[in-house]
Amino acid sequence: MIEAKGLTKQYGDFTAVDGIDFAIEPGEAFGFLGPNGAGKSTTMRMIAATSTRTSGELRVLGFDPESHGPEIRAQLGIVPQADQLDEELRVIDNLIVYGRYFGLPLPYVKRRAEELLEFAQLTEKRKARVDGLSGGMKRRLTIARGLINSPKAMLLDEPTTGLDPQARHVLWDRLFRLKEEGTTLVLTTHYMDEAEQLCDRLVVVDKGTIVAEGSPAALIRQYSTREVLEVRFGSSRNAEAATVIEGIGSRIEVLPDRVLVYDDDGEAAMSAVHERGLQPITSLVRRSSLEDVFLRLTGRSLIE
Amino acid sequence: MNEQLLEAPAPTVRGPLRGIYAGNTRSVVARGLQVIARNNWLIVVTGFFEPVFYLLSMGIGLGALIGTVEFYGAEVPYAAYIAPALMAVSAMNGAVYDSTMNVFFKMNYAKLYQQMLSTSLGPLDVALGEILLALFRGLLYASGFMLVTTLMGLNLSWTAILAIPAALVVAFGFASFGMAITSYMKTFQHLDYVYFVMMPMFLLSATFFPIEVYPQGLQWVIQAMPLWHGVDMIRQLTTGLIQPSILLHLLYFAVMIVVGLWFTTSRLRALFLR
Repeated sequence: MIEAKGLTKQYGDFTAVDGIDFAIEPGEAFGFLGPNGAGKSTTMRMIAATSTRTSGELRVLGFDPESHGPEIRAQLGIVPQADQLDEELRVIDNLIVYGRYFGLPLPYVKRRAEELLEFAQLTEKRKARVDGLSGGMKRRLTIARGLINSPKAMLLDEPTTGLDPQARHVLWDRLFRLKEEGTTLVLTTHYMDEAEQLCDRLVVVDKGTIVAEGSPAALIRQYSTREVLEVRFGSSRNAEAATVIEGIGSRIEVLPDRVLVYDDDGEAAMSAVHERGLQPITSLVRRSSLEDVFLRLTGRSLIE
Repeated sequence: MNEQLLEAPAPTVRGPLRGIYAGNTRSVVARGLQVIARNNWLIVVTGFFEPVFYLLSMGIGLGALIGTVEFYGAEVPYAAYIAPALMAVSAMNGAVYDSTMNVFFKMNYAKLYQQMLSTSLGPLDVALGEILLALFRGLLYASGFMLVTTLMGLNLSWTAILAIPAALVVAFGFASFGMAITSYMKTFQHLDYVYFVMMPMFLLSATFFPIEVYPQGLQWVIQAMPLWHGVDMIRQLTTGLIQPSILLHLLYFAVMIVVGLWFTTSRLRALFLR
């Protein structure tokens, strides 16, 4: 459905996307996981044919974005990072007017707009002004708007960034529904929980390149242990304690505020730490997440 | 959501415009009209009064002292001499305000063009649509002004009715250029450059007196400016003193429109589809 080979984007001397390869299949939820500035949004814009590539190959829905921008965008739903809603129009008119940009017939667009309002749980805000909506509502309206042309694929750039936890869960629920209905989802995120929740398959991107690819579970299996022990000794003593912990588990990682011990059995690692005479201030055993995968691959945290 | 869903039709434009034009300019115009109808009707009204006040003060007030002015061999009452010029100016102002101030806001703050270009619309659809809206405003100003001058008996020939389409041509020329120039502006202060050019053009382009009072060199400069062509064209129509040169004026604006459209489209492409 979307295929890239050696896709590259340079702005002057700066290489935002550096020769990446990926292939997105119809009906799957595909994620680009990486920190800010990794080149995720640039990649999304190239897929949406709103940015031209510097080199490499890109096919979107069978077209070359270079020459067939309008044809490609006719079949995509684009949800940009910052909600770009038309603040001079009311909520319902945002949907109707946007549908008209696609050349869809007005009676159809009107009917469809009402359905999408319901889907976005905004029916009560039908006639409201856009600038009075909460962040979560604006994002849901943006997603509803992106659905007005019944797209073959939705491009979601950081869909839940800046939303409170409750609003995020509402949004995830809506996205799940889309997935169940068979819509292809392409999303970028720097939240590992979001990637784990929504993505069938993802690529981990860092500094414009892809460092790993697979399903969330497979990535965790490949690059991390089943469980992780997190111990805190106070910021000044973490490094010192780490030298004592060395040897427990398959790998340890020292962060400024805590030490991570990777072991398939977290409880056993904890007992081993105690046996060596260490008394952590707090300790926690948890399952490995994509955050650990990222840390392993790049040596850095996702959110800095 | 179980109803039958329609996919967006694929744009069918072929040839050199493929990729930049989807043939759906009307949706951009419709959006603009909806917003004007709801929010912006007041600025449309205020823009109408400006030339009327000029006409009342200079035409009636100053006109009493001046009497008549010669135009292509005929003596024309002063108010009837400046009225067509003010009409050209109001067409210019309507088009320029819309394609600078409004476009600047939509481009930089409302991010409207990013939204439009996330759909199957191409940059030429957006450019044409926005320019047509500026034209619409020019049409409102020009028609309102025409009504006033007709009531005041300042239109000396039936050909004056053609001044309305002529004013549209003037507005089209300015609007198609204005939007391209606006695309280079980074702050609201930059808009002052536009008014810095428009003010002298307004005062010197044979608006209030014939340009023959200037030395030959300066006359050439003025004749190179678009407003002079607009003023002379509309004045020929409202006075009925139509000269062959009217074709030259039309040609001037035809070139301005085509170049301006091309310029604006390529700027939109450079800004939003890079």
